[in-house]
Amino acid sequence: MAAQSATASRGGLRKALPLMAPAYLWLTVAIFLPLSAMVFFSFMTDLPLSGKPWAFTLGNYAAFFSQSLYLTLLLASLRLGLEVTLWCVVIGYPAAYVLAKVLKGRSREAIFLLVILPFWSNGLVRIFSWAMVLREGGILDTALNAVLPFKINIDLMYSYPAVIIGLVHSYVPYMVLTCYLTLQAIDDSLIEAGRSLGASRLQVLKRVIIPLSMPGLVAGAALIFVPVVGSFMEPRILGGRTGTFYGTVIEDQFVAVFNWPLGAALSFILLAVVLVILAIASPVLRRAT
Amino acid sequence: MRMPDLTALLTATAVFTSAFAFTAQAGEVHVLNWKGYGADEPWAIAAFEKATGDKVINDFFNSEQEMLTKLRTNPGLYDVVMINAAFNDQAMSEKLIQPIDVSKLANYADISKDKAGSPMLDHDGKVYGVPWVWGLTALAINEKSFDKPPTSIAEMWDPAHKGRVVIRDDAVEAVQFGAIATGQNINDIKDMDAVKTKLTSLMPQIKTFWSSENDWNQMVASNQIDIGTYWSGSADRAKTHFKLPVSLVIPQEGAVAWLDAFSIPVGSKNVAGAEAFINYMIDPKFYVEWVTKVGAPVSANTKAVEALPEDAFNRKVMGSPDVAKRIQFQAPITDAQREAYLALWQQLKVDVK
Repeated sequence: MAAQSATASRGGLRKALPLMAPAYLWLTVAIFLPLSAMVFFSFMTDLPLSGKPWAFTLGNYAAFFSQSLYLTLLLASLRLGLEVTLWCVVIGYPAAYVLAKVLKGRSREAIFLLVILPFWSNGLVRIFSWAMVLREGGILDTALNAVLPFKINIDLMYSYPAVIIGLVHSYVPYMVLTCYLTLQAIDDSLIEAGRSLGASRLQVLKRVIIPLSMPGLVAGAALIFVPVVGSFMEPRILGGRTGTFYGTVIEDQFVAVFNWPLGAALSFILLAVVLVILAIASPVLRRAT
Repeated sequence: MRMPDLTALLTATAVFTSAFAFTAQAGEVHVLNWKGYGADEPWAIAAFEKATGDKVINDFFNSEQEMLTKLRTNPGLYDVVMINAAFNDQAMSEKLIQPIDVSKLANYADISKDKAGSPMLDHDGKVYGVPWVWGLTALAINEKSFDKPPTSIAEMWDPAHKGRVVIRDDAVEAVQFGAIATGQNINDIKDMDAVKTKLTSLMPQIKTFWSSENDWNQMVASNQIDIGTYWSGSADRAKTHFKLPVSLVIPQEGAVAWLDAFSIPVGSKNVAGAEAFINYMIDPKFYVEWVTKVGAPVSANTKAVEALPEDAFNRKVMGSPDVAKRIQFQAPITDAQREAYLALWQQLKVDVK
């Protein structure tokens, strides 16, 4: 019996190979090879490209621990990741619920389009349009002052909130899409059953809807948290004086001083930290789902 | 019989492509420079192509490090490269650029003697870089915020401008700016702690760190800043070309000066074309047009500067002997220094968060 299923699965694998090959070939060439090169670089004193002699070293990783700067920034970036994820849940989950359970037909399509619209525009364009809205004398400031009877001064540009706003705007569609998929799969009769058995709306939400949509929430959170921790473009443009994060420091190593080995080492430390966080979180999250 | 056919076909293709590549390169001049920095002006390219018959192909870099990498990884591709004089020595010692026969450049004789003889560009009696333009990293002000232009660098620290000061996000520039503010030689900073203390007290004044000309101009246009570090050529361009209320201030404490020069990479396939292009770039006719149409830094060619109107900023202010006394030209810095400056700069940025 076991042998039979083994041969069956081997046959299945052989049949699946032509289907999987393009994706895996692409992953090998486009992700695995450059990433291995980066791992290699992170242990070197200098790039072989620069024509200077080089040797293997652990110094790039040691640099992270020798200066408090990197740890401070890493913690700041992790905090940023958590805050952005939290806001995405707060904004994205109700939107996904309305899309999946309340709206039907045309109106659903229209709202859906609005949610994924940010995906179609270039990230840089989005950030620069936020810059126009958030600055002093910008669109938000002018509009509020035109409506309100008293004078207020809104200058969110070049601040921590501006970074949060920009990042939440960029990443909230991920949360909406993943939650929408799991919420839509929940059978309406389960909700009706809960209600008919005397559960309040809040109880239904807590005992039925949230547990059943947990996989979507978790997937969305992971999709958002990981890139936000390493983000550098939004903090640099919107954050001003407060916009220095772990990602911007890595970018500096690559662009400003051409110290790829240190930049690569810092990136892999970030990767390790994120993996550890996901590993610690996964049993908790699995129990929740 | 299939295999030999295939081999023949491949050989024929290879021969054909290489022949094609060769002919394509003979009449071309491949130029590597910053984007929007003179050499890629459409009218200039058209004039040069008309005069020489050589086709100009521009490629760009976003940092000096990227420029060096492009030279290292594409030997033989470029014919002309624009290198900041402070990086010329490194490019030469890595054998990326070759000596230039300046007798082929008719305009070379008009280049001011202090620049043409710069030890940063000439090594062992050979010329590795032809001085093109120079400029300053000084201060620029939003004219709406000042009745009278300030004269001192200390204006940046004035509490009245808190949150309306900008500085470029560049470690080397920031540290050298700190050196000037503490009265030190930018190329031989003795008291790094003083620089750090001075910059630390500047950080709370700062609104943001700018990285491009566009950042600066946008912030002035929307009246968000009063004062900040800026490049002389960019301040000129902001005023003449974009009509913004910007004026350059060369503080009494001094300013950082830089010199840009053209070099010919090792392995250039069209040295004659490269020489013609460099000669055109230092020609007074090109320079005057560049200044009038776009706004530019100061030419290293004395005849080119003299061809400007009497009251032109690049002639009157930048050319005054009083300014020449105050400015300090950037000398080469080592990778170790560069990394140390970046570490200091990052620490300052983290402390102010």
